[in-house]
Amino acid sequence: MRLVVDLNRCQGYAQCAFLAPDVFAMHGEESLVYNPQAEQEQRERVARAVAACPVQAITADGLDGCAGGTSDAAH
Amino acid sequence: MPPTDYLDWLRREGRIVVVGASLAGLRGAETLRAEGFGGELTMIGDEPYEPYDRPPLSKAVLLGRAAPHHTELPHRREIDAKWRLGVAATGLDIEARRVRLADGDEVEYDRLLIATGVRARPWPKEDEARLEGVFTLRTRDDAAALLRRLKAGPRRVFVIGAGFTGSEIASACREQGIPVTVAERAGAPLVGALGGVIGAVAAEMHRENGVDLRTGVMVTALEGDPVGRVRAVHLSDESIVEADVVIVSLGATRNTDWLTGSGLGAGPRGIACDAGCRAFDFRGIVTDDIFVAGDVARSPHALFGYQFLSLEHWGNAVAQAEIAAHNMISPSAERRPHLWVPAFWSSQFGVNIKSVGVPPMGEQIMITQGSLAERRFVGVYGHNGRTIAAVSFDNTRWLEFYQREIERGAPFPVEFPTVDRRPEGRVPVDSDFPDPALPTHGPMVTLSGYSPTDQQLVFHPARH
Repeated sequence: MRLVVDLNRCQGYAQCAFLAPDVFAMHGEESLVYNPQAEQEQRERVARAVAACPVQAITADGLDGCAGGTSDAAH
Repeated sequence: MPPTDYLDWLRREGRIVVVGASLAGLRGAETLRAEGFGGELTMIGDEPYEPYDRPPLSKAVLLGRAAPHHTELPHRREIDAKWRLGVAATGLDIEARRVRLADGDEVEYDRLLIATGVRARPWPKEDEARLEGVFTLRTRDDAAALLRRLKAGPRRVFVIGAGFTGSEIASACREQGIPVTVAERAGAPLVGALGGVIGAVAAEMHRENGVDLRTGVMVTALEGDPVGRVRAVHLSDESIVEADVVIVSLGATRNTDWLTGSGLGAGPRGIACDAGCRAFDFRGIVTDDIFVAGDVARSPHALFGYQFLSLEHWGNAVAQAEIAAHNMISPSAERRPHLWVPAFWSSQFGVNIKSVGVPPMGEQIMITQGSLAERRFVGVYGHNGRTIAAVSFDNTRWLEFYQREIERGAPFPVEFPTVDRRPEGRVPVDSDFPDPALPTHGPMVTLSGYSPTDQQLVFHPARH
């Protein structure tokens, strides 16, 4: 599943790094490093991270209510 | 057809073409659909990939935390578009409303969104740029090729240009123990974007992390070995540095070549457009069917003296694409101005650098929280007695406050007492931007153009 973090909005609360540590990690005091293509088995954790982010900076597809990423890309 | 009928028809069955299939193009297309555009949507992109995110390429990807070919952007919704990927737009016929493609095809539109962005500025000497081991970093293919070389354990990486990308690359190399030399024409890293006061902090970060930082020098030549691999870099101070990987990080040039001769107001500084994202033609008359968004756009901003701003910022691409898309299918009374306050981030040497506003406009800077020595601070920039920008190092939570200050034109120097302010922050100092006539690696914001306030024009609205 694909995800992107709006790092203008991110304030380094690190909730995502606690809830989905294999996808999100703090790098230094407040920088966030993440894997934009998380494994399917991380889905539940990513969903929790998306919901828990205090500034709602994470967009992920393939979660409920979001469009699929690949279905309309015909090439 | 009356204008409202035309808009109804356009929204129902018109043809919208988006040139540029990256962040701005994708978010623009999604906004069109979200706002009820039901016609035919075509996405044209020169890279053979669906829209992907670029910021991770110089950060998470080089650190091995993400794969270069897996940064595709999540979609906010289905956009039901016809994709023409891997084929560049090569021309535009404004009269006939047609985009020409590299494969000879032509695509007709009723409304056009141009979001062709920028590309890495190449090393100017072509024979040297072709040497094996010389890289630029803009696309995912660039990132994949560079990553392969870094994994192979180069003897020394040489980075030309200490802007954000160059500094991030140097940081990623050092984190993996790779020896790095960085050369910057200006007096310190990041000076074009943040000025010399902050640049001095960035220079310390480079050196403490083991970067061999050379400032005030230019690269004069790249030397190859007999089989065409780069082996050394020659500098203007006559020193020579042996390196088997050279990364040219000299900023970006705008992808407007395909518009040459089209009649659009497009050039090396981007495509001029109004605050509603409508492109100007070369006569300075605004078009009504061609819109621009993202890095390639250059638009006047009321908060910053109506200067034309070109912003190579991720957040700008998103915000401007949303405004452009909305305006493309809205009657003029419902159009909105793009008044996004510039903001960007960078992550290097473990420090989170963020900014709001337009730092290069600021003649002075005050450190209002923390201290430069601790690498944890907020610096506020002032211009003509107003707060115009702020930068934070590992102190991002203050920025939203300063964004409001910028938006309301708060006075500068900052008069209120702030939490955690040290003696060095009590008085403003010269922010020490280099003379803009002397280019550095290329700034992240370029200012240009004409301000109505300079013309002493006063607009008197009618009284009722």
